Amino acid sequence: MPRPIEWQLGTVTGIQTETPTVRSFTLGLPEWLGHRAGQHVDIRLTAEDGYSVERSYSIASEPELAGQLEITVERIPNGEVSPFLHDVVVEGDRLEVRGPIGGYFVWETSLGGPLLLVAGGSGVVPLMAMLRHRARAGATIPTRLLFSSRGPDEIIYRDELDRLAGHGDGLEVAYTLTRQQPPGWTGYSRRIDDRMLDEVLRPLGSGARTYICGPTALVETAANALLRLGLPADRIRTERFGPTGT
Amino acid sequence: MTERFVTRGFVGRRTQPGEAGDLASRIPPGQYLTPDFPVLSAGPTPRTPLDKWTFAISGLVREPKQWTWDEFLALSARDWTVDISCVTKWTKLDMNWRGVSVDTLFENVELDPSAAFVIAWSDGGYTTNLPLGDVLNGQAFVAYEYDGAPLAPEHGGPARLVVPARYFWKSAKWIRGLRLQREDEPGFWESLGYHNRGDQWLEERYSGD
Ligand SMILES: Cc1cc2nc3c(=O)[nH]c(=O)nc-3n(C[C@H](O)[C@H](O)[C@H](O)COP(=O)(O)OP(=O)(O)OC[C@H]3O[C@@H](n4cnc5c(N)ncnc54)[C@H](O)[C@@H]3O)c2cc1C
Repeated sequence: MPRPIEWQLGTVTGIQTETPTVRSFTLGLPEWLGHRAGQHVDIRLTAEDGYSVERSYSIASEPELAGQLEITVERIPNGEVSPFLHDVVVEGDRLEVRGPIGGYFVWETSLGGPLLLVAGGSGVVPLMAMLRHRARAGATIPTRLLFSSRGPDEIIYRDELDRLAGHGDGLEVAYTLTRQQPPGWTGYSRRIDDRMLDEVLRPLGSGARTYICGPTALVETAANALLRLGLPADRIRTERFGPTGT
Repeated sequence: MTERFVTRGFVGRRTQPGEAGDLASRIPPGQYLTPDFPVLSAGPTPRTPLDKWTFAISGLVREPKQWTWDEFLALSARDWTVDISCVTKWTKLDMNWRGVSVDTLFENVELDPSAAFVIAWSDGGYTTNLPLGDVLNGQAFVAYEYDGAPLAPEHGGPARLVVPARYFWKSAKWIRGLRLQREDEPGFWESLGYHNRGDQWLEERYSGD
């Protein structure tokens, strides 16, 4: 019998505002046994009378960070858990966490590359763990992130992504802004489509290991386009969270 | 954790407006109700043309059996209204499907008495394992319609297994066959840390639960 994945108490040691609707929470977890980039945790909230709810959140931090992990949460209006995390939780609070969970949507440097990451909105979170892991390991695996956001203020991890891409270690980041672009914007300005993926994929070649995460419509579009561009289905791993959007 | 931990400041949304209190008894532990039909899968959505599609029963049966799409549609089918729970925490009540009971499929073969487990396998390489007892007596069906329309590819069309009493990953999308075995064999998610059985009422989410 495998050992159960136990609930642990994590202490919120830091809260960072990423965008107007997205915050990251650092959790100190003394008993954390480590994770792989791309995995998630379950968070459980329990009220005085025992009523409780659980939700899954991808781990944003790299495995190399011992004893703590970071999650990044988008505030969903009228949601039960994400507004609580945004509006009520403060540093020093404790949260029940268990994980790591999920063994398929994971990447580590030993898997090699080239690596293509495609993200929509908060779907960037598990991919960020991969990029942080890649940087921490000093890897130079050719890697491209195509990241779709609505507007310039909604690009999660923008500064850090730009910094990572500036290291000249083989990482390139391409942004697309679907609704609103700032003056002088040089990135893409439309939803992800075949042509965009072709341009981003081309330098990596059709052997790229691909991880796509975001809303279902984006994941479907990107995965289908990449198949048409010649990527084998078994090179494409997908993760979706959020509603169907239809 | 033996003593119950209480999250500071958490009250919860409880039942959503307009939701009768008795629905609570239909929501397994740790789940929440959703009005959507979320999509989750590990890779791209496979698309098999219907003229190439077949459904096979193989393994520990006297004679393997295979149906084409047209033959499959000719099997006696019925409507099913069932509640579905996904391990990612959503539960959706009263989902309306049309499809063929696994019992009906098995009426067309002779099961070897040593058959004890079923491996459902799909386009794209997905597999999931179930004890034979979990799919008999009206507990599982192969659906090809949802809400009166052909099942959409992202939801597992043309046909998917539906096993309402287990977390939804056991309801293999894009199903192409059932293989009967003497021994159990963990499927895709079952090999990646998810529970081998997946009973949502016992909250069997992850291996060891
Ligand atoms: C494997 C996995 C990993 C995840 N990782 C992350 C992550 O890293 N960061 C993150 O923010 N979320 C992540 N999620 C989503 C998260 O688990 C919750 O679903 C989300 O926070 C909403 O919960 P809630 O209680 O606030 O809203 P709920 O009360 O559950 O939902 C309220 C309403 O909002 C809808 N809704 C749910 N999600 C979205 C959405 N994304 N956009 C718009 N509407 C929505 C629901 O369908 C519902 O109608 C992940 C989910 C899974 C399954």
